[in-house]
Amino acid sequence: MTSLPTHTNKKLGLVIDLDICVGCHACAVNCKEWNASGHSAPLTDIDPYGAEPEGVWFNRIHAFEVVDEETGSSRTVHFPKSCLHCDDAPCVTVCPTGASYKREEDGIVLVNADTCIGCKLCSWACPYGAREFDEDEGVMKKCTLCVDRIYNPNLSEDARVPACVSSCPAGARHFGDFGDPDSDVSRLVEARGGFALMPEQGCNPVNRYLPPRPRQDGVADGDAVAPRMLDTSISETTDKAGILARWIDRALSR
Amino acid sequence: MHPAKSVIFFTTASGAGYGLLVWLALLAPFGLLPEGALFVVISFALAIGLVVAGLLSSTFHLGHPERAWRAMSQWRTSWLSREGLAAIFTFAPAFLWGISALWSGFGSPASLTFGFLTAALSLVTVYCTGMIYACLKTIPAWHNDLTRLAYPLFSLTTGAGLGLFILSSFGAADLSGFLILVIMLFAAGAVVKLSYWASIDAAAPVSTAESATGLGDMGAVRLLEKPHSGTNYLMREMGFEIARKHAVELRGFCMSLGFLAPVLLFLVGLGLPEDLPLVSFVAAVLAGVGIVLERWLFFAEAKHVVTLYYGQSAV
Repeated sequence: MTSLPTHTNKKLGLVIDLDICVGCHACAVNCKEWNASGHSAPLTDIDPYGAEPEGVWFNRIHAFEVVDEETGSSRTVHFPKSCLHCDDAPCVTVCPTGASYKREEDGIVLVNADTCIGCKLCSWACPYGAREFDEDEGVMKKCTLCVDRIYNPNLSEDARVPACVSSCPAGARHFGDFGDPDSDVSRLVEARGGFALMPEQGCNPVNRYLPPRPRQDGVADGDAVAPRMLDTSISETTDKAGILARWIDRALSR
Repeated sequence: MHPAKSVIFFTTASGAGYGLLVWLALLAPFGLLPEGALFVVISFALAIGLVVAGLLSSTFHLGHPERAWRAMSQWRTSWLSREGLAAIFTFAPAFLWGISALWSGFGSPASLTFGFLTAALSLVTVYCTGMIYACLKTIPAWHNDLTRLAYPLFSLTTGAGLGLFILSSFGAADLSGFLILVIMLFAAGAVVKLSYWASIDAAAPVSTAESATGLGDMGAVRLLEKPHSGTNYLMREMGFEIARKHAVELRGFCMSLGFLAPVLLFLVGLGLPEDLPLVSFVAAVLAGVGIVLERWLFFAEAKHVVTLYYGQSAV
């Protein structure tokens, strides 16, 4: 049924901390690894070892540069993006078959691969690019919020989180229930000013992003050049180097 | 948006077929349709043939065409589902209309009734087609009142071109009144299309790279690196850019072939009624080419907000 539920008991989703994401792509890789044999398996790759490999991914890590036009200073922000499991998901309501649905019990948006006709309309309706068509299987694929992990009794309790959350080495991803105002994710969003992407599109996404914190190096953005690890104008004298370095320098400089 | 050939053929061919059905129904009460079974067979073969060919073509772009029947189930929320249902429902009165027209002619009460029903459902179907596109907020160019007006209107113009050709070929009675109506309709079509282009060109961006990332408070946002070195489904489906380079020329071709040339030819036909079969044939073909171009541009010029994550700064 592609009518949206009027109420979901939980609102499961992710908080992504843009302040500490280092853009390592580990979450995307682990997502691919788990989901290639998970609920929506396979995540087909086309020409995987050829000149132009491409395939279905549920999670992709973009990198943006944000330039403060007043000071001219810029920051790089790594930006992971997967399905935001919207409350008012247009991908669900446009589906002509009912294959696309939002679960009443926890708000997760899923695709039933057995009834999807592969018309692609849901991917047109999604502003976030969360849905990718599997050319090989002829059906639409998307993030399942690892529905086959988070309720999986075969996993230890601390492992029952989405694969992307479990693999993040920086702790930039958090999973929880946004329907509960006292949950860790709700409090995190409250404390850090978490925001939704493209609110003007009216989808009411569940996932939230935490903004990068202001710089903490004691200077305002653009006031000073940050110290460099490697300065190309470094002195070439070896007076203060160790004895071995001085000897090598002397030997080779002859 | 990537212009899929199957969808372009579907919307233009079915549109023309439905438009022709509407004109047959509207002209019948005025006694403008030629008598005889042959006209019924030819006109229905043309109209229903275009409709069926288009509908079949639309299933070619599905990942699973054999499951197409499932698309009838979600009419409560989905315009695609409503379109499918409306298309199926149209066949029932159309079939009865064809039978009664063969049996007792286009002018009989039964035939007029079924014709009217078929025409109404045809327009509903084409309106639903337009709404599939017009309901998508993610594609601001389509999320436009002119989109839902344009689909039924262009269905009527292309259908009228075909109608004029078969009617005049069968030596129908005085067609000058119909001709004047058709000329006005094509002029209205041109106005709607020009207004559509003006409105999408002038429209303020709906979403920006700043709103897509939520980072606008920090400054101007631009993509530094895509998530991957190659392409992906989203970039191919939503990131089509060829048309924007040649938009001015292509719009010119569309306007002159789809609207201007047919109007000039119809004016010639008004002056030389005996040449109307040839003139309306050429006009119908040109209008068809023009409307295919119009549909191609409709897709190719439309930007999707997901491209904000792949380098666009505003959509």
